[in-house]
Amino acid sequence: MGDKFGIIVFPGSNCDHDCYHVVKHVFGRRAGYVWHKETDLSGYDCIILPGGFSYGDYLRTGAIARFSPVMGEVMDFAERGGPVIGICNGFQILTESGLLPGVLMRNRGLKFVCRQVYTRVENNRTVFTANYMRGQLLKIPIAHADGNYFADDDTLKSLEDNGQIVLRYTDSEGNATEEANPNGSLHNIAAIINRGGNVLGTMPHPERGCESVIGSEDGRGIFESVLEAM
Amino acid sequence: MSISKDIIDEHGITEAEYLEILKHLGREPNLLEIGIFSVMWSEHCSYKSSRPHLKRLPTEGPHVLQGPGENAGVIDIGDGLALVFKVESHNHPSYIEPYQGAATGVGGILRDIFTMGARPVALLNSLRFGTVDHPRTHGLVDGVVAGIAGYGNCIGVPTVGGEVYFHESYNGNCLVNAMAVGVVKRDRIFRGRAEGVGNPVMYVGSKTGRDGIHGATMASDVFGEGGEERRPTVQVGDPFTEKLLLEACLEVFRTDYITGIQDMGAAGLTSSSVEMAGRVGNGIDIDVALVPRREEGMAPYEVMLSESQERMLLVVKKGCEEDVGGIFRKWDLDAVVIGEVTGDGLFRIREGDGIVAEIPVRALTDGAPVYDRPLERPAYLDEVRRLDMAVVEEPADFNGVLLELLASPNICSREWIYSQYDHMVRTDTVVLPGYGAAVLRIKGTNKAFAMTIDCNSRYCYIDPRTGGAIAVAEAARNLVVAGARPLAVTDCLNFGNPERPEIMWQFKECLAGMGEACRELSVPVVSGNVSLYNETSGTAIYPTPTVGMVGLIDDVMLIATQPFKAEGDVIVLIGETRDEIGGSEYLKVIHGLDRGVCPSLDLSLEKGIQSACLRAIGAGIVRSAHDCSEGGLAVAVAESCISGDQGAIGATVKVDGRGMRCDSLLFGESQSRVILTMGEEDVVRFRDICSEEGVPVATIGRVGGDRLVVDGFIDLPVSRLEEAWKDGFSLI
Repeated sequence: MGDKFGIIVFPGSNCDHDCYHVVKHVFGRRAGYVWHKETDLSGYDCIILPGGFSYGDYLRTGAIARFSPVMGEVMDFAERGGPVIGICNGFQILTESGLLPGVLMRNRGLKFVCRQVYTRVENNRTVFTANYMRGQLLKIPIAHADGNYFADDDTLKSLEDNGQIVLRYTDSEGNATEEANPNGSLHNIAAIINRGGNVLGTMPHPERGCESVIGSEDGRGIFESVLEAM
Repeated sequence: MSISKDIIDEHGITEAEYLEILKHLGREPNLLEIGIFSVMWSEHCSYKSSRPHLKRLPTEGPHVLQGPGENAGVIDIGDGLALVFKVESHNHPSYIEPYQGAATGVGGILRDIFTMGARPVALLNSLRFGTVDHPRTHGLVDGVVAGIAGYGNCIGVPTVGGEVYFHESYNGNCLVNAMAVGVVKRDRIFRGRAEGVGNPVMYVGSKTGRDGIHGATMASDVFGEGGEERRPTVQVGDPFTEKLLLEACLEVFRTDYITGIQDMGAAGLTSSSVEMAGRVGNGIDIDVALVPRREEGMAPYEVMLSESQERMLLVVKKGCEEDVGGIFRKWDLDAVVIGEVTGDGLFRIREGDGIVAEIPVRALTDGAPVYDRPLERPAYLDEVRRLDMAVVEEPADFNGVLLELLASPNICSREWIYSQYDHMVRTDTVVLPGYGAAVLRIKGTNKAFAMTIDCNSRYCYIDPRTGGAIAVAEAARNLVVAGARPLAVTDCLNFGNPERPEIMWQFKECLAGMGEACRELSVPVVSGNVSLYNETSGTAIYPTPTVGMVGLIDDVMLIATQPFKAEGDVIVLIGETRDEIGGSEYLKVIHGLDRGVCPSLDLSLEKGIQSACLRAIGAGIVRSAHDCSEGGLAVAVAESCISGDQGAIGATVKVDGRGMRCDSLLFGESQSRVILTMGEEDVVRFRDICSEEGVPVATIGRVGGDRLVVDGFIDLPVSRLEEAWKDGFSLI
């Protein structure tokens, strides 16, 4: 496999440049923007659905973007086992399109929340987290109004049983407490993976945690892991 | 139709102004023309009361690429790059409809930045509300903060800094001043000029609706009771469309298709056309029938005066219309040719075949009235400066006073607000909100820049001249303690009704003070905005000349932040602590007194301490730096103990009061003071720097432990300080 990241640009995406910067300038790998009206993903080895406000979050987060022409190709890419990372709004688009289970509801506090949070790596046997230790604490920012993960009991149980919960919100000691939960997510869920292990949805922004000058390098492991797998 | 006196009055045009209009036209105006004169001659667009005084601000400097008069100011920062920035008020609309008023304030200032060719990279805001127990305050705070968050977060520009104050003078008029900063390549700056006779004029962006008609006129009037009835004059924001417009415009800027561009802000299509033509002495010819509309049956009057958001006017090189149209259509935006640049100097509006208005452009720009309004020193000044400290009881419990100040509305942590703003998007934010200045790196270089926005309006009320100078000095100090060299200013001058001589006097005096400080500190004013008529039922706001300032950091690794860093670091105070308790937050919060003589400002000392700070930070010997402002020395030290993200840290401090009252010593707000920490080994070197700069310096203590101990006065666990400060806002 190659090392080229395709970063999907929906109208209203606003973390597309940040993802591009990390891949291209922090890791020195190849990256390209893919306009949402395009329907060809050949040549890309990993797809990122970046954060932002696709279609202004009008109607419901991610609800319109899932109908963008490119999403058919993203589904096929995922079906073929290609790695897909959805960050924040990208995660919301993944749940809306059915690539990941559950929904992301309005934060418990009803407000947008932007701050550094601690998350704990729950599963490091994935292509996205292999470079972390299990139980490792990551300090990575969140910035969202709709990150309150919800799923029915059966889905939650299978997520837990299958190790699909990748990151959980914790306090600075690594305890997944109620106070450490910034948005009301069930089971303190911050990031999940699909059954196939190739589609990751994360509310924390790993691309905001790749350079010490902006406060954290804890997000690098996600890019490093997937680059090694590629 | 002949124009009645009622119609003239409704448009806020005076009798004398109407006679001027007759002279300019050589005939009676029609209703559309009256509407156009009304907005173009409004205070908001014409600066008719403020212009004579604005001339006293310095606007030039070696690094100034664009001063006032364009959509935003531009300064050179080397490496072929420039910073574009401006602050603008959205006070009146925000008071009437806080969410949309604040949101469209953000949208408007962002358009001013990207109109110049720059990508906006940061937002700041200065907010002022009435007292926390005033019935409207809660709703205004919630709505304004949500509006700023809603717009800024969606469009993906980080909101990195700002200030918030509560005071009864804002009970009837809140202030919402939004500032934006952008980065542009030096050789790709665009301007609002309608150049090239025969070039087509294109309308791009959202369709035009009936919202915001006469917004500029509303912003040029005082409120009476029932100002809420003006809600229909507030525009509605659509940040998603603005994001598309931003990206489409940036794509167009990479081509050579256009000669000029301006956003349709206050007074919409009218002011953008007129100003673009006026800057280059051309005329402009527009057919309203071609303007994309959101609503049926709009009259030319409504189309020309609508303040619908997210619209831009472009002057395109002839033959490039299709190429430009293609770019906007890719982003699902309207792009329509609605007219052309002419050489006859006339602003001509057609509706299909008929001409519906024709006014010389100059009549609307240079021909706008200028008022040298009467001035009078306000009577309140002598009274408010009288303060007999003999009757002000000195507190017995300074621990309690410090805790009360830390929890008070104007000092407590602002995290409740800035955690609602995405302040990290674009991955450039090196110093996050919560300190005096925010710092952003510039990718692809080692450089960074710092931004701040600041004003102490109580000082400006008590002593407008000194207060104006302090606003500038303090903004510069905020940048300097971060390690940035101040470069230039953008100002937002918020005042009451200029038709009252004492308000005009405040205005003139504040500007005189600002001008002095700007000259002494070499920071020219490159852009800004004037907001007058901030008064309700005869009560004006405190004069509030908000100062936004931008500074440059040559090496992003050489910056300083406010929190204490390490056990054992030495705490050093530079500057002079004088017996200056007047106008302090302490007097207001603890004693309910809004009075006294405000602190003095010695600009040469200010220059010295700024220079010393910059040299020390540049030498890499400074571990933390924080200026003393509201709450004085004690609050500054406490904030440095508790504002770090690695947990609070204690300090032991001893200060020499030389016989002054203890409350003055601890909480007085003497200017030009900075607290720095450094390793023991660097103190001598720092003292040398200070003596070279002629700056008083004193070692006052050491960082360490888990208590803040101020010799003989204060002894508290830092966890108590932190609790009071952090919970303050949620208790408001």
